[in-house]
Amino acid sequence: MNDNSKGKAPSRRQFLSGAAAIGVGAVGAGTARAAGPDPLITQVQEWAQATGEGVDATPYGLPIEFEKDVVRRNVEWLTADTISSINFTPIHALDGTITPQGCAFERHHSGAIELSKSDYRLMINGLVDTPLVFTYEDLERFPRENRIYFCECAANTGMEWAGAQLNGAQFTHGMIHNMEYSGVPLRTLLEEAGVKPEGKWVYVEGADASSNGRSIPLEKAMDDVLVAFKANGEALRKEHGYPVRLVVPGWEGNMWVKWLRRVEITEMAIESREETSKYTDTLEDGTSRKWTWVMDAKSVVTSPSPQAPITHGPGPLVITGLAWSGRGAITGVDVSVDGGKNWLPARLAAPGTDKALTRFYLDHNWDGSEMLLQARAKDSSGYVQPSKAQLREVRGENSIYHNNCIQTWWIKENGEAENVEVS
Amino acid sequence: MSKYRKLLAASALGASLAVPAYAEKLGLGRPALPEEIAAWDLDVAPDGTGLPEGSGDVFAGEEVFAEYCAICHGDFAEGVDNWPKLAGGDGTLADKDPLKTVGSYWPYLSTVWDYVNRSMPFGNAQSLEPDEVYAMVAYILYSNDIVDDEFTLSHKNFLDVEMPNAEGFIVDDREATEAHFWTEEPCMTDCKESVEITMRAAVLDVTPDEGKAEDVEPQPAVQAAVEVEEVAEDTAALDPEMIESGKKVFKKCKACHQVGEGAKHRTGPALNGIIGANAGAVDGFKYSKAMKAASDGGLVWTDAEMAAFLAKPKAYMKGTRMSFAGLKKSEDIAAVIVYLKSFGS
Repeated sequence: MNDNSKGKAPSRRQFLSGAAAIGVGAVGAGTARAAGPDPLITQVQEWAQATGEGVDATPYGLPIEFEKDVVRRNVEWLTADTISSINFTPIHALDGTITPQGCAFERHHSGAIELSKSDYRLMINGLVDTPLVFTYEDLERFPRENRIYFCECAANTGMEWAGAQLNGAQFTHGMIHNMEYSGVPLRTLLEEAGVKPEGKWVYVEGADASSNGRSIPLEKAMDDVLVAFKANGEALRKEHGYPVRLVVPGWEGNMWVKWLRRVEITEMAIESREETSKYTDTLEDGTSRKWTWVMDAKSVVTSPSPQAPITHGPGPLVITGLAWSGRGAITGVDVSVDGGKNWLPARLAAPGTDKALTRFYLDHNWDGSEMLLQARAKDSSGYVQPSKAQLREVRGENSIYHNNCIQTWWIKENGEAENVEVS
Repeated sequence: MSKYRKLLAASALGASLAVPAYAEKLGLGRPALPEEIAAWDLDVAPDGTGLPEGSGDVFAGEEVFAEYCAICHGDFAEGVDNWPKLAGGDGTLADKDPLKTVGSYWPYLSTVWDYVNRSMPFGNAQSLEPDEVYAMVAYILYSNDIVDDEFTLSHKNFLDVEMPNAEGFIVDDREATEAHFWTEEPCMTDCKESVEITMRAAVLDVTPDEGKAEDVEPQPAVQAAVEVEEVAEDTAALDPEMIESGKKVFKKCKACHQVGEGAKHRTGPALNGIIGANAGAVDGFKYSKAMKAASDGGLVWTDAEMAAFLAKPKAYMKGTRMSFAGLKKSEDIAAVIVYLKSFGS
């Protein structure tokens, strides 16, 4: 195999800077003897002598400067303008399952608007006994729930249909975040208005110019949909729909309407722009699937990966990643180091929960040879994450959305990684 | 007060459950007023529910479109840069690169009306009157060859319009067509004989650089041959029929170009005397870099050069600002050139 990666690729650059930062002493890590005393230990360091910053230096804290590379990133050529665009969560650099709001991916159709709580209104209308208007304060007086759910854009991994394209887990799988939401079940608000028997759907829309209207079957709306105003314990961020967004567990992110302003009970689907011209999946013969709401089981190794190469040489290696399913809980993840010939069950950091991210680990002893790393998720419905070939066989290459194929990272002998496709 | 007590009692009973339980409505919020519902309930369903009364024709739509939409979607809805193309793509859905437009893909006309009315123009949403929306939608239909240029769209004939891809959609069938993905116990050992790398992302190299300033945009290169040709022009003997049919073709150009007495620059330059003139040389018009380069290179708008340009402007001159897909029929090109010659050459 050709080992000559292009100097321009981010993996290469990050690999070099990462290696330099860790230093020569790291190469023979583990039981190897130190060549000499480590000055970081033998010499009194500045931070051990002088004092640090006082409290209130940053009233709302930000990550320390050493972590400044762990940020959302955009792929400029994907869209015409950042106002109607998407960026990606740095999943390659995160651990655990909760995504901090500040680096959780953004997707806007007409920009992130600023809507204050005092200007906020939510209307319930259509086929209800009493059309209602709620203020933000009203919402906070309803009985509340806390739930952890993943939100994945239907287009996550969408650039990979025709082949390996973007070199990094952030770019191939970063249209996802996982937060703990506090909010009111939509069911509670609908019952407050009284749904008429002929009501079969809810049409939800946002306050921004795009409105991003979507139709949701009443059954789902009455099941687990939340009208959320807090995420990870604090107010939603502007870019995630402050002050109120919809949470539609397990279903494609486009339905999680931000700046939620109206819920209309209807007899039929409205067939808005976002559920006809977009978020429909064209098959090989030119017909298109619509109403493909649920996100199928999926997983990805987040480290090592192109943006998170191995810098420590052979020996103990933590292989880790994320798995999730919109159809239920993750029941297991298998990892392959040989491109899918053989699989090993990974260790789940905690038992999978319904429609939320699950962290997995494979504690591996790397012999320093090349690996073709893959992960394969299984969920509580019995679904097993398919290969790209299996998906293409049914759907062709033009679906754009709902690509939940098994991802392969080619780990080279020097620890660098590259996004590849394998036979 | 009684309501409050009941809630407390219900909560106490359900205290061990994760889901809050309560007996009845809380009486929060207030009834929505009819004016408020009318202001926000704008959506239009496929059966026309929600459409206001009104009408607009293709010609009116062309003007509104040129004013509000063409900057992103192109004068003929063909799309500028990465902005959505609204026209074309007929019959491409099974191709390697399908072109999904209102004409080739959108199953319901209501969606077009609803989206234009609710969310367009980009940056000034909800500023259009219903008649303007009808006109604009009529123009988009015309751009897709779904209606002719005499067409008027109204709330009365709205449901009569047949969208070409109306039958092109099926409801999510993954649980049937992908039933084999529910395998429960997948293969764990010796699952394949060999594994080869078949494609690499580094070969494509389209991943953004991290922490680097934006890439420098490549300057558009003039692809056109810029050789000067001397062509004898016989302006005296222009075919009146050709001029007449060229005048009709020129309707497609009128959104951006004026010609004749008192013609002024609009989005494009005034075109009096353009045939036989040096390219990029009309006084007082700001040309693209590409057109200026062609001008410096000595390009002259001979019949042949103009014909090549009009057939596919962007292919002929990469970087031109003329956002026009091109004239498909050679007789239209010939006619419009004769028409332009009738204003001097």
